[in-house]
Amino acid sequence: MSLQVSEVKKIAQLAAIAVEPAEFEVVGKKLSNILDVFAQLEKADTSGIEPMAHPLDQTQRLRDDLVTEDNQREKFQVIAPSTEAGLYLVPQVIE
Amino acid sequence: MHNLSIKELSALLQSKKISSVELTRYFLDRIQKLDAELNSFVTITPELALQMAEVADAKLAAGNAHPLTGIPMAHKDIFCTDGVKTSCGSKMLDNFIAPYDAHVVTQLKALDMPILGKTNMDEFAMGSSTESSYYGATKNPWDLKAVPGGSSGGSAAAVAAGLVPFASGTDTGGSIRQPASFCGISGIKPTYGAISRFGMISYASSFDQGGPMARSAEDNAWLLNAMVDFDERDSTSLKMDKVDYTASLNDAIKGLRIGVPAEYFGEGLDPEVAKVIKQAIAELEKQGAELVEVHLPNQHLAVSAYYVLAPAEASSNLSRFDGVRYGYRCENPQDLNDLYTRSRAEGFGAEVKRRIMVGAYALSAGYYDAYYLKAQKVRRLVRDDFTKAFESCDVILGPVAPTPAFNLGEKTDDPVSMYLADLYTIPVNLAGLPAMSVPAGFVNERPVGLHLVGPYFSEAKILNVAHQYQQVTDWHKQTPEWIEGGRQA
Amino acid sequence: MSWETVIGLEIHAQLATKSKIFSGASTAYGAEPNTQACAVDLALPGVLPVLNKKTVEMAIAFGLSVGAELPKKSVFARKNYFYPDSPKGYQISQFELPVVSKGAIDIQVNGEAKRIGITRAHLEEDAGKSLHEDFHGMTGIDLNRSGTPLLEIVSEPDMRSAEEAIAYAKAIHELVQFIGICDGNMQEGSFRVDVNISIRKPGEPFGTRTELKNINSFRFIEKAIAYELDRHIDILESGGKIVQETRLYDADRDETRSMRAKEEANDYRYFPDPDLLPVIITEADIEAVRQTLPELPAQLRARFVEQYGLSDYDAHQLTASRATAAYYEVMVKQGADAKLCANWMTGDLSKALNRDNLSIADSPVKAEALSGLVKRIMDNTISGKIAKQVFDAMWQGEGSADEIIEKHGLKQITDSGAIEKIVDDVLAANAGQVEAYKNGQEKLFGFFVGQVMKLSKGQANPAQVNELLKAKLS
Repeated sequence: MSLQVSEVKKIAQLAAIAVEPAEFEVVGKKLSNILDVFAQLEKADTSGIEPMAHPLDQTQRLRDDLVTEDNQREKFQVIAPSTEAGLYLVPQVIE
Repeated sequence: MHNLSIKELSALLQSKKISSVELTRYFLDRIQKLDAELNSFVTITPELALQMAEVADAKLAAGNAHPLTGIPMAHKDIFCTDGVKTSCGSKMLDNFIAPYDAHVVTQLKALDMPILGKTNMDEFAMGSSTESSYYGATKNPWDLKAVPGGSSGGSAAAVAAGLVPFASGTDTGGSIRQPASFCGISGIKPTYGAISRFGMISYASSFDQGGPMARSAEDNAWLLNAMVDFDERDSTSLKMDKVDYTASLNDAIKGLRIGVPAEYFGEGLDPEVAKVIKQAIAELEKQGAELVEVHLPNQHLAVSAYYVLAPAEASSNLSRFDGVRYGYRCENPQDLNDLYTRSRAEGFGAEVKRRIMVGAYALSAGYYDAYYLKAQKVRRLVRDDFTKAFESCDVILGPVAPTPAFNLGEKTDDPVSMYLADLYTIPVNLAGLPAMSVPAGFVNERPVGLHLVGPYFSEAKILNVAHQYQQVTDWHKQTPEWIEGGRQA
Repeated sequence: MSWETVIGLEIHAQLATKSKIFSGASTAYGAEPNTQACAVDLALPGVLPVLNKKTVEMAIAFGLSVGAELPKKSVFARKNYFYPDSPKGYQISQFELPVVSKGAIDIQVNGEAKRIGITRAHLEEDAGKSLHEDFHGMTGIDLNRSGTPLLEIVSEPDMRSAEEAIAYAKAIHELVQFIGICDGNMQEGSFRVDVNISIRKPGEPFGTRTELKNINSFRFIEKAIAYELDRHIDILESGGKIVQETRLYDADRDETRSMRAKEEANDYRYFPDPDLLPVIITEADIEAVRQTLPELPAQLRARFVEQYGLSDYDAHQLTASRATAAYYEVMVKQGADAKLCANWMTGDLSKALNRDNLSIADSPVKAEALSGLVKRIMDNTISGKIAKQVFDAMWQGEGSADEIIEKHGLKQITDSGAIEKIVDDVLAANAGQVEAYKNGQEKLFGFFVGQVMKLSKGQANPAQVNELLKAKLS
């Protein structure tokens, strides 16, 4: 299969990855090659088969409602690209 | 010294014939001398290692040390290590000093195993050659023109070259077993959930599993004893009965039923590799094992299912790398969207971006059922094949990879051909089974690994079979000649 | 033919847990920015979620309270979108298999009862906050709220007016507080309401809906619906089409406006969260929660009317919260008259609490103490009027009703000899008025009563005073 440029644009937007307009075709081609690998799935007979999300049939363990974490803001924000007054800074969010 | 087993090193340390500081210095020196060529480490941590070695020596002196205390090790750079750069092989995390320890790191720190450094890997564990690392490819110690395999290629190469007795690895689609095979070492991927994923940077959560990489099955058994643990911080961590994986190593394998699936010896397998594997199986037959024909009819669908499911999970797992709280942030973002899309475009390498985009596509409206859900159903078919096969055999043997290590650069332009080469390892991850690679010979002077796959929680049995194999073979003891002499190739 | 309004609500109730839904960080409100955002909340590489048991129990409690089906298995899914207040790039929520399935709640509008269907309720995590004060043209992100547990309660599109929508929202608001799963504080964002609204001609299929977000009071729900209703009618009657979209209610301008920016990438790519496993709820789990559930407001109200002979209005007032109902029942159990207790609670107590901005749990006058005061009215130790004075003293912490009555000598005078003496004094001192009264100015009677009460410092038994005056003046 072959992805259209419009599809590549949409995928890039969902993935939040900038793709230069000049690259759309090359990226699309490489992605299309991978999607060709998927094509094999169509042939599989999976009627009546339940999807399997996890390898083992385990169920969710529950945690007691306890506060176990201390404030580590300083340690966590040393590695942040941009902070001020304890806040992470990002370009203006317009709502 | 660097060819000694964990057991031998432990005996030297416990009897104080050598100190942990001496041992640590010895391996640090080797890294210094040899790793410029191999590039198996992203970060070397001599200060941390020596500091830990001193603590280890104190405990050894007190006479109450754990058998692994003082033995140097290295972590794949996917395990968060407090105060140490944890890059995951990516520019995205080149500036990321982890503020906490992964559970595996905590466990091994508690045993005072000095951390020599962090090993190279395919970016975010996405690859089979360690060529997608931001820090450049790692070379195969057996042939510097060859890849070490991946994604845990740095760990495999470092162990193979005797730079460290043991290194941690992770295996999502074969990332422990395939580099172990390519580098002629032993590595085991336990049952999914046996080793905590907490602090192990996620690629595909329902597949990712950590494990040890070392020289022999016995070494692996010692390490598994230290690494398998229930962790309440990981919802998928298993509560299992404590097993001593070394206890059954010496059990006789007479009567062992070895499943040999025809599907493992079909099209695409290098005939020379097939020969090596068949010889290995014959070796076990000599010890009284019986061959059983088994079938894995949906095996051929596994790669397709995996390359839908793993990228789908990855596309979401890697959304947190957005340039806001840590990691790479692009220069002068114009607006919020620019911050996201450019930080991610510049911070991630080509293969990671491809998989994120493929995954986003597989989950997107209109494709979810055809791709994601269908692949999850195929996943069950693949798992059920194994369940059925294990009704008539104890372990399944076969090749780890269809060829020995390929050349650096050989497949970088053709990701799909690299994916297809994972056909033997991937089904195991879909099912979440334990599996191992042990050295079984050479093809074109490059190592070839034997693949041992068992039912859930059969790690002890797999290690037992591998150990028995290693009692009558010495492939796991061989070392690359140029490295033995310490000379540059 | 006129338009019919169709409304469905999505309510986000923050669950009153100590720690977050997937991490051990505190959920306390108002901390310094990012001091309650742990490694999991910040989505550091490698961290993993583990589900808080309390959130599941609270969801079950809600389900039981609205008679909902509680499926055995529910699954957490990821809702994928990029936004700075969503640190993982996805929100952990529930999609195909929510923890609470179909239920219903009864409301009353203008005396008419109506049952509103609840489609589902699911657990999810709250997002952080964007602070839009200017940081050199940048926005600040506080992730303290990130990971706070939410129960999203989705109604059927069963409401046909703003009144019904508000009655439903209030019923849910009351219920979640009553069963102790949410503090209901709308100012702090603990209880948030999104309105889905459309209009149609009766009998026709549903029209295109819009979703109104960011409404933080019941009054604004009404205003937002009114505005949006007019907008829909204007568009449709001028031949236009409604665009399905999310709109923000701006309380300052009293208008709604499109949030197209957030709509652009509306493909959330839900899929089961591979870091979490299916949640299994057993009959035993449900039974354990059922044991802890209080009597629900509707049941309690019916019982109060039946058992204590209260009016619907009083029963409603006295069941506004669990603490109020409990206060009332303690008072009555101490032996105080049910109606008098209701009057005191809805009257003086309520006034004092409002004046001092206190909740009933923090009332300086406890139920036992107030009951003691009411009993002194019942046994004629003091009059209702004096009781107000005693209540004020109790509020100031001067002691029990009996202590205050004793200390200030407020005991009602019922000794007829003593009262007669006061009456005689008053009549003697006001001979002119007595003369006038006898000449037909009968309204002066009140004057005499007032004088007697004044002289007795309000303590003379009013009935006896009346009787004696009448006798002496005739």
